[in-house]
Amino acid sequence: MAKFKGSIVVDKERCKGCGICVSICPNKTLGMSKEVNGKGYNFAVMVAEETCVGCASCGRICPDGVITVYRAKED
Amino acid sequence: MSSNICTPENLVYKKTSLLTDKVMHYCPGCGHGTIHRALMEVVDEMGLQDKTIGIAPVGCSVLAYDYMNIDMQEAAHGRAPAVATAIKRLMPEKFVFTYQGDGDLAAIGTAETIHCCNRGENILMVFVNNAIYGMTGGQMAPTTLEGMKTATSPYGRDVEKVGWPLRITEMVAQLNGVWSASRHTVHTPAAVMKLKKALKKGIEDSMAGKGTCFVEVCSSCNSGWKMSPVEANKWMAEHVLEYFVPGDIKVDGKMVR
Repeated sequence: MAKFKGSIVVDKERCKGCGICVSICPNKTLGMSKEVNGKGYNFAVMVAEETCVGCASCGRICPDGVITVYRAKED
Repeated sequence: MSSNICTPENLVYKKTSLLTDKVMHYCPGCGHGTIHRALMEVVDEMGLQDKTIGIAPVGCSVLAYDYMNIDMQEAAHGRAPAVATAIKRLMPEKFVFTYQGDGDLAAIGTAETIHCCNRGENILMVFVNNAIYGMTGGQMAPTTLEGMKTATSPYGRDVEKVGWPLRITEMVAQLNGVWSASRHTVHTPAAVMKLKKALKKGIEDSMAGKGTCFVEVCSSCNSGWKMSPVEANKWMAEHVLEYFVPGDIKVDGKMVR
């Protein structure tokens, strides 16, 4: 089990669906949504929420800065 | 389960307030957004928001002043170093940087770039190299790789006719006025962290009056390269970084390569 539990919040309407966050996520937590946002892009979502450790790699690489990362220690 | 950890005390990463809320016009996956954010994060961390003046170029990042929440000035094509020279000389206490692409800095603005570096103006130059003219539709740039297909080199760049890709960072590193020159990328989170460190050092050194600090950032242009954003980053790591090798070229006034 992961020592840290992480979670991200994606600003769906600003996400352009480039998929770079999905390609660099070390734990394969991220994927693209099936639905589209107002501009017609598939946006980034957590497809395996339990694997996120809050490393913030996605937040640092996102070209549009749409990802906010949270992390808490697991008891 | 996940929603209850999304509280302010658990926050580890958030877009810096030095980027405005305006949606960037860049194509999906463009490196400019990441470079803007890395630069603004460093300015934010150093508390220099009210002391920073940026010079926006002509090219894809022509609207950089809309996205960066600092004082900015737009310059004519290639003339950002000349404008930066004037601003820095009139207000030496400010941190002045130029943000230019390869068409701006390495083609039309070569003269301004070289003479600004040769004079050793105390500014930070951020040079975004994506090996193509992005804004005008993907034409061949001075930095386009040999054999690379673009709108104006449909059979690939022929070095017999148009010369070799220009390594301008290595070129300006030879000049006495340049205090530091390095090349970075933004295709992995680790590379972004390295870039931030280099930008921080560049800001400190240029503020201390040591000379021109030159930071090249290799970035992908997936629209111009006709690839998906993820493929473009992979292609850049395999091809662009082979010719434009990342790393320090000049550190603290001494050549290291």
